[in-house]
Amino acid sequence: MAKLDRSDVQKVADLARLRLTEAEEIAFTTQLSSILDYFEQLSNLDTENVEPTTRAIELSNIVRADELQPTVDPAIMLQEAPEPEGEFFRVPQILGGEA
Amino acid sequence: MPATATSTTYEAVIGLETHCQLNTKTKIFSPVSTEFGAPPNTNISPICLGYPGVLPVLNEKVLESAVKTGLALNCQIAPYSKFDRKQYFYPDLPKNYQISQYDLPIAEQGWLDIELVDPVTKEATRKKIGITRLHMEEDAGKLVHAGSDRLSGSTHSLVDFNRAGVPLLEIVSEPDIRTGAEAAEYGQELRRIVRYLGISDGNMQEGSLRCDVNISIRPVGQKEFGTKIEIKNMNSFSAIQKAIDYEIERQTKALEAGEPLYQETRLWEEGSQRTISMRKKEGSSDYRYFPEPDLPPIEVSKEQLEQWRSELPELPAAKRDRYETDLGLSPYDVRVLTDDHQMTAYFESAIATGADAKQIANWLMGDILGYLNSEKLNISDIALTPATLAELLQLIDAGTISGKIAKDILPELLTTPVDSVAKLVESKGMTQISDMSAIEVMIDELIAANPDKVEQFRAGKTKIQGFFMGQIMKQTSGRADPKLTNQLLVNKLKG
Repeated sequence: MAKLDRSDVQKVADLARLRLTEAEEIAFTTQLSSILDYFEQLSNLDTENVEPTTRAIELSNIVRADELQPTVDPAIMLQEAPEPEGEFFRVPQILGGEA
Repeated sequence: MPATATSTTYEAVIGLETHCQLNTKTKIFSPVSTEFGAPPNTNISPICLGYPGVLPVLNEKVLESAVKTGLALNCQIAPYSKFDRKQYFYPDLPKNYQISQYDLPIAEQGWLDIELVDPVTKEATRKKIGITRLHMEEDAGKLVHAGSDRLSGSTHSLVDFNRAGVPLLEIVSEPDIRTGAEAAEYGQELRRIVRYLGISDGNMQEGSLRCDVNISIRPVGQKEFGTKIEIKNMNSFSAIQKAIDYEIERQTKALEAGEPLYQETRLWEEGSQRTISMRKKEGSSDYRYFPEPDLPPIEVSKEQLEQWRSELPELPAAKRDRYETDLGLSPYDVRVLTDDHQMTAYFESAIATGADAKQIANWLMGDILGYLNSEKLNISDIALTPATLAELLQLIDAGTISGKIAKDILPELLTTPVDSVAKLVESKGMTQISDMSAIEVMIDELIAANPDKVEQFRAGKTKIQGFFMGQIMKQTSGRADPKLTNQLLVNKLKG
């Protein structure tokens, strides 16, 4: 069964850059476990003759021509950012390395 | 018995991960420009910025370029391929994930042939390097670290998203490479291929071609790999070679001294010509890939695949083969002629006129390449067209001008366009003198004026013939047909 323990929750929180309190870690361990259990019901279905899929609608080969199209004015998008600085988007000091 | 440190020989096991920027007009998933060097944040769209609710759509040219490159690298093209989200937090990625391909890349299991030419013997050796996979993905933006030129000292960073969403092919090699020279040649061959295909400019300085190296060393004969170290930040093929040679030496010394090696990423420093540790890697990163729900899968039909295959140009390895086998050129000449696609095109249009391939090659490799190197020019920068070069050679063949005159006139042809070399040499009075009686008159005069030298010749000092030859060339400014002159001269001197 898909039982999570606290270290799994800590790892997921760390990857998502979430800071959890001890109480939250305990609460989420139970809650996430029961969500996974709920999904686990799907394994009762017989999928022996079903092709794996990653989507609900069967579509493929949706492409566009390599041509420029008008888009939103870049200056407007820049102004919408939390901290525009001149021509740039400003972001806080980066800690830790690039993945 | 354990081997002593000095008797152990080590070998390097090297694989390359290459990112190649495609030269499409628009980005991989959004219809905005990919132009290099545009003012910051002018080539952006809600899709490249990862606004909620936008729908990325694949650029068909990217798919075509990926499949063609896959075919050129002898890969299997996947009948069913998809995109995935690679999650990581870094501000050069506005969505906090990169759209890439994980378990079903567009192409897998290929190879390319590299040819190494020994600089001394000019002998060529060939080696097959396996290609593990090739996939499509989007490039990230660029960061400017404020307050310091290094990330560590900066108080904040500025982001330019022009590059975010520019299409990339990531090409991963098998760990088949053993030396820095092989790695550099692999990179160069890959660049030749993408340039021949016309899908990328392959410019390393502008970052269109980026190579990361994975390297470990092990005692010869050992099956297991040693500790894997990644090297980044090399922006030339010679830097790749030097970084690898440096690492082989550093790692060998460490092993011989019994020091541990850590799995880490190291940066090549061009200034100090060494690698420095950037970060230790603890286990493999957890990117939590999952299928990209916004992009439907790709199923390349057989017909489409055959269509693209039929559009492939002659590739560098096939061209080298043909030049060596059919045209009889040396491996060294072939390498120079096929290295740069403009040089290749030049050579091919010159021989298309019917000119002799070896002669064209000699002229290109000799005086013309010398000029290009000293002036730092490309073959496309010179005024001399392939047709004009062919005409020049044809004039030598026909005896209209001597080889020496051709060399004399070359500097002018390199810088000044001409319609007809024949007319030019005519107007300059540079045509060869092949009139037998005119030459005979000159020889008679010389013999009459130098009876002592004729005497010496007849006494066996045949070298004196060079004096007469020189005099005639001087009088005719090198225009006398050397072969004819020589014949006549010998006959007359013998009396």
